[in-house]
Amino acid sequence: MDESRRNFLKCSTVGVAGLGLAVPVATAIGKALTTETLPGHLSAKRWALVVDIAKCQSPDVQHACVEACHQIHNVPNIEDKHHEVKWIWKQTYTEAFPDQVHEYTEDRLKDAPVLVLCNHCERPPCVRVCPTQATFKRADGIVMMDMHRCIGCRYCIAACPYGARSFNWKDPVPHIKNVHANFPTRCKGVVEKCNLCAERLAQGLAPACVEAANRVAGPDAMVFGDLGQPDSNVARALRTRHTIRRKPSLGTAPHVFYVV
Amino acid sequence: MHDAGKVIIGLAIFVLLITFPIWFTLASGKAGHRPELELPKNETQCVESKEYMKAWHMDLLNDWRDAAVRDGKRMYVAEDGKKYVMSLSLTCLKCHTNKAKFCDECHNYVGVVPYCWDCHVDPKGD
Repeated sequence: MDESRRNFLKCSTVGVAGLGLAVPVATAIGKALTTETLPGHLSAKRWALVVDIAKCQSPDVQHACVEACHQIHNVPNIEDKHHEVKWIWKQTYTEAFPDQVHEYTEDRLKDAPVLVLCNHCERPPCVRVCPTQATFKRADGIVMMDMHRCIGCRYCIAACPYGARSFNWKDPVPHIKNVHANFPTRCKGVVEKCNLCAERLAQGLAPACVEAANRVAGPDAMVFGDLGQPDSNVARALRTRHTIRRKPSLGTAPHVFYVV
Repeated sequence: MHDAGKVIIGLAIFVLLITFPIWFTLASGKAGHRPELELPKNETQCVESKEYMKAWHMDLLNDWRDAAVRDGKRMYVAEDGKKYVMSLSLTCLKCHTNKAKFCDECHNYVGVVPYCWDCHVDPKGD
């Protein structure tokens, strides 16, 4: 009896040790991935964007920004408001800043069209509610989407107080004029939004809307940069000009600022 | 045994039906069909060895996806030290120009339907 128990324990020990060895060996067969950032990529402690409402008010500028963004990101153009998909669009000042207007707000602002987009919040509610971590916040502040993980539950749409997210109720591909091969399209049943041109930053380029706004409206219509660097252009713009955020009382801490 | 004749006929029909995929394929002459891949003409070396790519390309692509989207790392350093931009549409399809005669050939043969192409663009069209 003793003898067989001894053997049993010996065998178990050897077996467990063997399993412990087998797992690392098996993982070593699938090799470790070595990756790098692209040469010349832009990095930051905290990306931020400052939009000059006055300079970005004309239809030309707004059209240029929306077109530039939607074209390179394969955003479909769907007329039906219920199915509409948008990454950057215009709203009136009153709609965009409902808690910062009153009945005597100056005329120049009240109905002024303002360019709005994902605010890349410091405390993004969409990230908190996403059940699959398809939406996540990068270390540099970009609120990103991993489309492979989106299950289309639309919790994020309900959570976002800025309406920055669109759902693909139908296959968007037939509604894209010229499909841009450098960027994936989306499929039916996923949510999408602005990614602050993460793919362009990776190649060392500024966001498409910033490039378009500054090309059409002149320099500093939009200022983009690293808020973590005190001498960066955005940090300087925020220090020297009066800026506001959308719906500050909600505590999401948007990182898209507006010069009024 | 009663009704032996009926039982045997029934069994014969049953066997015939259940082996339908086998004899149908044999009869249609497609039994010897193997996927024939159109390999790139200008390039002989993939990002990793042929054997590795054959067995693990799906895992490699998943790793590429996670590295590019979630970690913002878009450059792959291969075993031999060569560097490649991690992009299905731009890197893989640059050499494998014909998706239908490369990707689809095997995927159709083994009956797998990867969802890559629901969103990723084949620059040459479908």
